Amino acid sequence: MSSLVDEIASKPAEEKKYSAKDFQSDQDVRWCPGCGDYSILAQTQRVMPDVGIPRHKMVFVSGIGCSSRFPYYMETYGIHGIHGRATAIASGLKMARPDLSVWVVTGDGDGLSIGGNHLIHLLRRNLDIKVLLFNNQIYGLTKGQYSPTSEKGKITKSTPLGSLDFPFNPASLALGASASFVARTMDRDPKHMQTILKRAAAHHGTAFVEIYQNCNVFNDGAFFKFTEKDSKDENVVFLEHQKPLVFGKERDKGIRLNGFTPEVVSLKDGKFSVNDLLVHNEQDTTLSFILSDMTYKPNLPRPVGIFLSEDRACYEDEMMKQISSATEKRGSGDMKKLLNSGETWVIN
Amino acid sequence: MAEKQTQSLDEVTIRFAGDSGDGMQLTGTQFTNTTALFGNDLSTLPDFPAEIRAPQGTLFGVSGFQIHFGSKEINTPGDQCDVLVAMNAAALKVNLGSLVDGGAIIVNTEGFNDKNLKLAGYLSNPLKDGSLGKYRLYEVDISKLTALALQDMGLSSKIVDRSKNFFALGMMYWMYNRSIDSSVEWIKKRFANKPEILEANTRVLKAGWNYGETTEIFDVRYEVARAKLSPGKYRNITGNQATAWGLMAAARKANLDLFLGSYPITPASDILHELSVYKNFGVKTFQAEDEIAGITSAIGASFGGALGVTTTSGPGVALKTEALGLAVMVELPLICCNIQRGGPSTGLPTKTEQSDLLQALYGRNGEAPIPIVAASTPAGCFDGVFEATRIALKYMTPVFFLSDGYLGNGSEPWLIPDYDKLPDISTKFRTDAEGFLPYLRDEVTLARPWAIPGTAGLEHRIGGLEKQHLTGNVSYDPQNHEMMVKLRAEKIERIANDIPLAEVEGEPEGDLLVVGWGSTYGSIRSAVSRVRERGKKVSHLHLTHLNPFPKNTGEILYKFKNVLVPEMNLGQLSKVLRAKYLVPTINLNKIQGLPFKAVEIETRIEEILKG
Repeated sequence: MSSLVDEIASKPAEEKKYSAKDFQSDQDVRWCPGCGDYSILAQTQRVMPDVGIPRHKMVFVSGIGCSSRFPYYMETYGIHGIHGRATAIASGLKMARPDLSVWVVTGDGDGLSIGGNHLIHLLRRNLDIKVLLFNNQIYGLTKGQYSPTSEKGKITKSTPLGSLDFPFNPASLALGASASFVARTMDRDPKHMQTILKRAAAHHGTAFVEIYQNCNVFNDGAFFKFTEKDSKDENVVFLEHQKPLVFGKERDKGIRLNGFTPEVVSLKDGKFSVNDLLVHNEQDTTLSFILSDMTYKPNLPRPVGIFLSEDRACYEDEMMKQISSATEKRGSGDMKKLLNSGETWVIN
Repeated sequence: MAEKQTQSLDEVTIRFAGDSGDGMQLTGTQFTNTTALFGNDLSTLPDFPAEIRAPQGTLFGVSGFQIHFGSKEINTPGDQCDVLVAMNAAALKVNLGSLVDGGAIIVNTEGFNDKNLKLAGYLSNPLKDGSLGKYRLYEVDISKLTALALQDMGLSSKIVDRSKNFFALGMMYWMYNRSIDSSVEWIKKRFANKPEILEANTRVLKAGWNYGETTEIFDVRYEVARAKLSPGKYRNITGNQATAWGLMAAARKANLDLFLGSYPITPASDILHELSVYKNFGVKTFQAEDEIAGITSAIGASFGGALGVTTTSGPGVALKTEALGLAVMVELPLICCNIQRGGPSTGLPTKTEQSDLLQALYGRNGEAPIPIVAASTPAGCFDGVFEATRIALKYMTPVFFLSDGYLGNGSEPWLIPDYDKLPDISTKFRTDAEGFLPYLRDEVTLARPWAIPGTAGLEHRIGGLEKQHLTGNVSYDPQNHEMMVKLRAEKIERIANDIPLAEVEGEPEGDLLVVGWGSTYGSIRSAVSRVRERGKKVSHLHLTHLNPFPKNTGEILYKFKNVLVPEMNLGQLSKVLRAKYLVPTINLNKIQGLPFKAVEIETRIEEILKG
């Protein structure tokens, strides 16, 4: 059935080569100096020209939080929505307009606390929406309460004696919600972030990207162990499809599966070689859970990269298919006919 | 065989009552459809419990369906019933109070065995102890007769028992001279895949009819002639179905895609069900994970250029509150349908009430005005929701459409509108980048332009933070905030220039004006016409636009000495009228989960007129 939207949705975009600058809005960026969000914004703007979608077909939808100020700084369409509901707003937008490129920007509070419910449903439905979750393990905008990803025992304004919650592992949560694409990257690794953002953009389905982000005012250094030069190599293992899990400054350590349990082995002491190591497979859902589960284990390096990338039917595609097939079967709907259908009678 | 007499009646009210698993709703609906087809005017009141299938024979499991039909104008489902069909003792206990003295009771004798009597709290059998002396009692062994009709089919006793409602239906068709044809057709379609049940139900329906014809206990039959309705083509329609079709018609006339984001909730779920069937009309229905996802997905859809709609009841509106505020701030079209039910909190899910008006007017944080349109009749839901859409699109605003459980589930004959003559309510998307500002308002309506993603050159961001006038950028400037709050309020006020003036039924001035809104229409109209028939003067104003009110509302109120406001709440419209017009309204409140009886309003009118 045609409508006013068709003209706009189907209008071919003129060939245009975009630059990062084209994606910068005219608004002054107001994050705190030193905030990790600047880096994420910069990489996003750098990656967008390569994604190959005209900026007027892009929409950034956010909730509430420092992360959620993001849309104001992108020269695309954007909605700064209400706390926790960006994923639901984005879902409705994508269902109404499958032709648009829809991105959700959220945070550990917005997406995993108040927004937890809408997030898991988006993931299981698998609409073609990119979800960027800026995880800084704190509530920044409201000035320093703990979040669902804060470590247990964290002392904050609302937990002066230490928090009692065990934190979510966002990647495991996403995998548990049947997400078709789950990745983790870091604000202080711009090259890695660009790679991940490009893969997320190319994925057909919901792409969940957890981004470690440093909040230098309320939770400075939360991820330094994984992002700073002097400790990164020993404490992070980068996941690469079809490559063995090797890490360490000298590339002298690896991850091996002992039964179902990952363990660190030395590649130098003669006992194990590269051939004994776990080889990553982005399409293996079972493996993805095992790898994600390494996250909070103190004896294991932090897994970073793409945990899972699999092809699954997208909700909005199936919705359109149902509409097409119904239209084929019953013909395009006729309102006049419908109103006059059923058991009617005439009074003269 | 004794000669059967035939009596003519102007109007009759029948109530079918039984266990919630007995098929009383189906029986009632079938009788209604046949009666509508026959040409009577009618009004219905389904009265069912919240539980899906309560334990058999219990008082709280009784499900009822009342239909008031006639050859005259019918406005209410009837204050009392003339005939009570009671399938068991509990049904009799619960409903006897609504039967007129001298009325007829038709019972299924099997439903009055010891077990049923005990569950219903009867110490002795009312069929035998003389307590029903002032009624005409007809005892029919419906269960046995049904079993007899099906004895050679080898069906399970469960299926046999389930068909007995068709026996009752058949009997009533005979008694009121209705054809069984449309029910036979319905059975054929409904049970096309279950030939045994198709055969059983058809047989039992015919058996019931034949029983009426041959039995000696029924010596009278009734005729209720066709009503003099306006010429045209009619169909029977429930409020919820009319709401669904009204939304579809409005979307088509606006040349927009309809997007429904909704969550099941009694009594609104049927709208979701109905719309989900029309995929070939391009209607997108999304059963969201919760009420909030229902409305926020609709807002996302509206941002994309669809007609975003969400349907719910009171508790759902409570959940949607924050999102409604967002819709006010981003100034996008959105229809929020509240099919009201008894509150507060979970309240009475299957009972009607109209206690969400103040919620619709004031339920958001901050100054967040939202226009309100309320339907007065089941068929009126079509026009009501169409009008709500017109306002939403023209003024770029969320709009409340208020209905209630009684309208939603009740039905009446509907004069089918000429689709071609429905107004074109189409709007235009902004496409010209020259001079575009997201919050540059139309001079007349104060609506902002609808610039949808996908339009080159119009890239902009909107959201819940206060906006700078014209540019729509985030602004905390004090003067700007006050200006924007006032502009948003003014935008809604100006809708009054664009809605019809209120019309009074009766004299334009006098001693008493009865003012109502929503489903009290039928009861008030009935009450008022009865008083006027006795030569007394009383006028009736029924409002459908509740925010803003029609321009002449105050003017009308001031012309009457007394203003009576019957409402199914503690006086919500009353409160608003007092505040706005400084009129000392008189409240008449009924909050029992049931519509007003015409006599309740009639009595109060007489009291006031006496002085």
